[in-house]
Amino acid sequence: MAEQAVWTDELYRILREWDVTQFSYVPDAGHAVAINRSLEDPDVHSIPLTTEEEGIAMLAGAHLGGARGVAMMQSSGVGNCVNMFSLVKNGQFPMLLLVSMRGDFGEGNPWQMPMGQTVQPILETCGFVCIRVERPDEVAEAMQAACTMVFQSGQAVAVLLTQRLIGAKAF
Amino acid sequence: MSTDFLRAGGPAPELSPLGELDRCEAVPKLIGDPNDFLIVAGLAGTAKDAAALCEPQANYFACAGIMGGATAMGIGLALSQPQRRVLVLTGDGELLMNVGSLATVGIMKPPNLSIVCVDNGHYGETGYQKSHTSLGVDLATIALGSGIDAVRTVTQDSEIADAAALIRQMDAPSFVLLKVKPTDPPKIRRSLDATWAKNRFREALLGTG
Repeated sequence: MAEQAVWTDELYRILREWDVTQFSYVPDAGHAVAINRSLEDPDVHSIPLTTEEEGIAMLAGAHLGGARGVAMMQSSGVGNCVNMFSLVKNGQFPMLLLVSMRGDFGEGNPWQMPMGQTVQPILETCGFVCIRVERPDEVAEAMQAACTMVFQSGQAVAVLLTQRLIGAKAF
Repeated sequence: MSTDFLRAGGPAPELSPLGELDRCEAVPKLIGDPNDFLIVAGLAGTAKDAAALCEPQANYFACAGIMGGATAMGIGLALSQPQRRVLVLTGDGELLMNVGSLATVGIMKPPNLSIVCVDNGHYGETGYQKSHTSLGVDLATIALGSGIDAVRTVTQDSEIADAAALIRQMDAPSFVLLKVKPTDPPKIRRSLDATWAKNRFREALLGTG
């Protein structure tokens, strides 16, 4: 968890450098440190969701108002978002997703496998560029790349924090 | 068990009281000057209500898809523009699809966000099948239970003025359930180009560059 704190701090710092002020999520272990940072940060809105799809529409609303956001979710939540992803191809809304992967390298819960294996094909079909991060020393570069693509180039990008990076959940 | 009661025009057991108001009159009367707001409209009937009300102004974004997303979009907009009143204008079906969004409003409490639900109790675009709200489901109760304190149900013309004042307050989120007859929204041809609507909205609000 200590090592996760280091790269997650980097991740959070970079998002703030890029002036991200809306952090939405359905809480999960993979994003716990970033979520807690957003809760402690008086300059941002930390927004727990009832379902991940709210976060996608919320990003579009933020963009309409000139603000930047990030939707943080577990891979299982991506499936809940698919119809909202219409906003990418049918509105060219910039979108930044951080996806903590389950159903990935070393998964111990079979229920997680379907979404884990279909997340990347689903996201790409919906117009997202996916950036997989497998090692802690890749996080900062991946976040800078993602933020440049989203906030400068107006693209939809999903950063997949793989299970190799986060570690498989023990059951 | 007979499901006759679900058919459009079919017999009904315990029905919620249907609205008597005509949406084409009640919505403009409730909203008043649309330039007081930045407006997000849910798809179908309320998208037409918004277009009829706002065009040619660019201060609204009306959806023609992403059913269930209007309230969440409104939250994102409200948080990004705390000095502006943000209005979500949506229908009962659209709101019900993601009714948990009311809980997100309830915990975030954006003080500049108002939600007006035009509740005709039916799915207007698919043949006017009865929706949950004409079968006993009360969205005002759900809004209260979600943590939104400023809630009104409007069923009569005399109740509109109070609700119009409520949606303009800037110290707490508000929710108005506007019960209307299941009649057609304004007939208006509107653009379905979301990229254009997005750019137009942002340019009007944020300027160019």
